[in-house]
Amino acid sequence: MTETNRSITDTSFELPSLEQLLRVLTLADYNTRVVVIGVMLLGLASGLIGSFLLLRKRALLGDALSHATLPGIGLAFIVMSALGGSGKSLPGLLAGAALFGALGVACILLITRYTRLKQDAALGVVLSVFFGLGVAVLGVVQKLPVGSAAGLESFIYGKTASMVFQDAVAIGGAALLLTLVCLLLFKEFTVLCFDDAYAAAQGWPTVWLDTLMMGLVVAVTVIGLQAVGLILMIAMLIIPPAAARFWTRRLPRMIAVAAALGAVSGLLGAGLSALVPRLPAGAVVVLVAGAAFLVSMICGAERGVIVRWLSQWRLSRRVLRQHLLRAIFECAYERQHGGRRAPTPGASRRQAVPFADLLGERSWSPLRLRAAIRSAARDGLVQAAGAPRRLRLTAAGEREAQRVVRNHRLWELYLIQHADIAPSHVDRDADDVEHVLGPTLTAQLEALLAAQHAGPAAPPSPHALGRT
Amino acid sequence: MILRNEKPAIQKPAIHDDPQRLAGDATASEPASAALAALRERMASGAEHPETAPLSIHDMTVAYHRKPVLWDVDFDAPEGKLTAIIGPNGAGKSTLLKAALDLIPSASGRVTIYGQPYRKQRRLVAYVPQRESVDWDFPVSALDVVAMGRYGMIGWLRPVTRRHRAAARAALEHVGMADYADRQISQLSGGQQQRVFLARALAQDAQLYLMDEPFAGVDAATERAIVELLRELRSGGKTVLCVHHDLQTAPEYFDHVLLLNMRVVALGPTQETLTPENLRKTYGGRLTLLEQAADALARGVER
Repeated sequence: MTETNRSITDTSFELPSLEQLLRVLTLADYNTRVVVIGVMLLGLASGLIGSFLLLRKRALLGDALSHATLPGIGLAFIVMSALGGSGKSLPGLLAGAALFGALGVACILLITRYTRLKQDAALGVVLSVFFGLGVAVLGVVQKLPVGSAAGLESFIYGKTASMVFQDAVAIGGAALLLTLVCLLLFKEFTVLCFDDAYAAAQGWPTVWLDTLMMGLVVAVTVIGLQAVGLILMIAMLIIPPAAARFWTRRLPRMIAVAAALGAVSGLLGAGLSALVPRLPAGAVVVLVAGAAFLVSMICGAERGVIVRWLSQWRLSRRVLRQHLLRAIFECAYERQHGGRRAPTPGASRRQAVPFADLLGERSWSPLRLRAAIRSAARDGLVQAAGAPRRLRLTAAGEREAQRVVRNHRLWELYLIQHADIAPSHVDRDADDVEHVLGPTLTAQLEALLAAQHAGPAAPPSPHALGRT
Repeated sequence: MILRNEKPAIQKPAIHDDPQRLAGDATASEPASAALAALRERMASGAEHPETAPLSIHDMTVAYHRKPVLWDVDFDAPEGKLTAIIGPNGAGKSTLLKAALDLIPSASGRVTIYGQPYRKQRRLVAYVPQRESVDWDFPVSALDVVAMGRYGMIGWLRPVTRRHRAAARAALEHVGMADYADRQISQLSGGQQQRVFLARALAQDAQLYLMDEPFAGVDAATERAIVELLRELRSGGKTVLCVHHDLQTAPEYFDHVLLLNMRVVALGPTQETLTPENLRKTYGGRLTLLEQAADALARGVER
């Protein structure tokens, strides 16, 4: 924090001392406190409305909105200076920003509606034209006698250092208003984002609701311009909700998580940039949010990559185990009765099945089969029996195999009964879906089966067992 | 985003598919045209349409970018019956439903629900849109979607209370999806998703049901369930209008049928209306609408 005796050519980088760290963590400095709390509230508000923006598939529109504010800022400055007042009056600048932002969005929607251009092209055109206009206007402002010290460029990249108490209050007020509106209009916004045709048919004024939603986005955007700048504002709106999607499947929770992630990113980002003065706060906040997104994508409880891989792996392991047990059971069975009569308990336990027979049952590689056998042996379901690599089921293994085979037969029966599949084709189809049978469906099929066969043991196969 | 109540500037072109009308427009002084004008006026006032029809569409024309999609469609849905809307692709079947619900602007025409404009009668109409119109990855459960059917009853700003949630659950049970109430909708199969949409319509407790291709892409079990549901609605005195894509099953499932190909080809009980002649006119033999018009024009000039 101490910048004394630093020359402009000083490129040294000092790690913050413990004392500095503590000062930031406890928000001892008044300025730090204002900035950190202000940016945190901004993160909360933008996470909240950004969720609806994301679900309404208008994320890029939010980006165009923030870029379109630039000419508004410059023109507002010129107008205010020309009228004799202070050109840098913040409410005036923000009003200009809001006006032009809304104008930009209106242009995009009009272009999309009345010409053949799709939304992405319209976005590209409007965003670049408005931003170019803004850069031109800012150039003009620089030439004005009062303009050179205006510092309007700070709206492009953000400058949290200039945040004062009133700004933080404004952000807090906006956050409160936003939370209130989103709570009250939660179901209206939900149906609008999910199925706007149905909402319109029901009588909800979808145009007004859309306008309200975009109005809230405009409000959050212009308020956040000073903190993170117009280029990065979109990140505050989109990254927290996108990260939140990996943690939950329910909308209220998703919005809460998005608001929380936004707030935490603001807190950490502003804090970090306070520790290392040369880092611009806006960029650090966005980077923190990005890191949170990465972590969510990988580890998220609901749709995170790791979780999905894990459950896929567990499923394929379960499937392989069931295939192995069924293969041993059927091989043992076929060797005894040709698969036509109901098995007696313990019968399959006595038969030892050679490895080569098992290999031929399905299209699995020897490596995979051996791995499955090892894992089943570890769990006490199969045991080696005799020298030339023969296997047999244990008691526990036989019980499990009977359960698996019974489920398989139930499914085969269902397919034959209700899907008109010739019996000899059934095995292949049955294999793919049986492993996702739930308890309800199984119970129904059991009842069906009981009407046809008696006994708890696995009923005979409807098609001839053996290699086809 | 659609701007509602906005009618594109469409001039009704001079070509009609009725030579008599054409003759009437050309020379206003002839007595035939006066009678025609009077008839048109009577029809516009609704005197030709029964006041209590669940859905009455008067002379509706819908055009996208000057290309006509629906042309002078005029019909009344029979009350308490299951009516199918049948026609080839691009015939304007979905457009008819959407225009009736004021979801898309129409160049001309009036729609009344039980004699009143749609705006006043929304409570009585339930709409089941096509499944593709929605992003099924949305973070809501089946119960949440069905509860949306109750939003109209709940009104502005109020939350969804337990009573409405229970009604939604009952609707789900009605379609056989009670076990899936808390399942996220992306985990449902096509048939289950269709049932959720139907449950949403049921939760509204409406009198008129407008369904856009409810049988498209569903499994046999769901199809049977939907037919059962439609028959239950009919015995409850409700009116159902479905856009249907399958000619084979139409006679079995529906009492009345509306054959549509940009204009109404025929409307009536299924047995009488699904004749080879009508089907040829609907699905197009060689003549398109424009060719017929040119034909009529030529015949009119000859006279």
